[in-house]
Amino acid sequence: MVVTVGSAIVALEAREIVYGAIGLAGSLFGVAALFFLLDAPYVAVFQIAVYIGAVAVLILFTVMLVREEKWAKETPVTSISRIAGIITGLAITIALVVAAIDTNLGQYTTISNSATFLDIGQLISTGDAPVLLVLALVLAASVVGALTLSRVDREEPR
Amino acid sequence: MNNLSDFMIVSAMLFGIGVYGLVTKRNALRLLFAVELMINAANLNFVAFGQYLPFEGSAQTLAPNAFGQTFVLFSIALAAAEAAVILAIVVVAYRLHKDVDVSELKSLEG
Repeated sequence: MVVTVGSAIVALEAREIVYGAIGLAGSLFGVAALFFLLDAPYVAVFQIAVYIGAVAVLILFTVMLVREEKWAKETPVTSISRIAGIITGLAITIALVVAAIDTNLGQYTTISNSATFLDIGQLISTGDAPVLLVLALVLAASVVGALTLSRVDREEPR
Repeated sequence: MNNLSDFMIVSAMLFGIGVYGLVTKRNALRLLFAVELMINAANLNFVAFGQYLPFEGSAQTLAPNAFGQTFVLFSIALAAAEAAVILAIVVVAYRLHKDVDVSELKSLEG
């Protein structure tokens, strides 16, 4: 929990954006650990493979592509904007925490029979098969879109 | 850490940090970090509620907490696609403007 929240703060407040990317990876790793605690190993492994394996590496490569020296001294946000951000974030956090504590959700305990890989696979391939198909199309479209966006036009020099 | 409220509190803190980042930061990559944090807060809530308040639907042969986990699997895949598109947009914006400060992207103003 400390790793998750602390790395999240590091991700946004680190002076150098590369350290921010590493902080984000640490925070996502903490969330994966919480998934393990919640008896969901499949989701945790999926999270590590997708986020830390793919997204974090993608972010690091983008940072390397668009990095500039002037970023090293990132323009500090004005104090009034920072205070507004802190107030907004704290207000939402406190409201959600109060709402979470004020309910009687604490009385529930974990269920005994946990989901196995077999259950998740069965659910994905039968009931949620249309979702899986649409998601495959979305992933293909996003890859094609990303490639189209980052294509370099060799005909007309910029 | 064995109560539903504990996971909800961690999720609320992650979400609050994400909101703070969205409000204060001007760097497009930091905004992407903030959005990823908020998505992860939502995913954590889905799995926690699926574990503690299991879905009692018609499919009795399946373990009852499989539904929340399946939903989160789809959500993670969708977030990965979204991150790929945003990073491509960041690279294009940098190529056009030599900057990734969102307040400097004047050509997007209406």
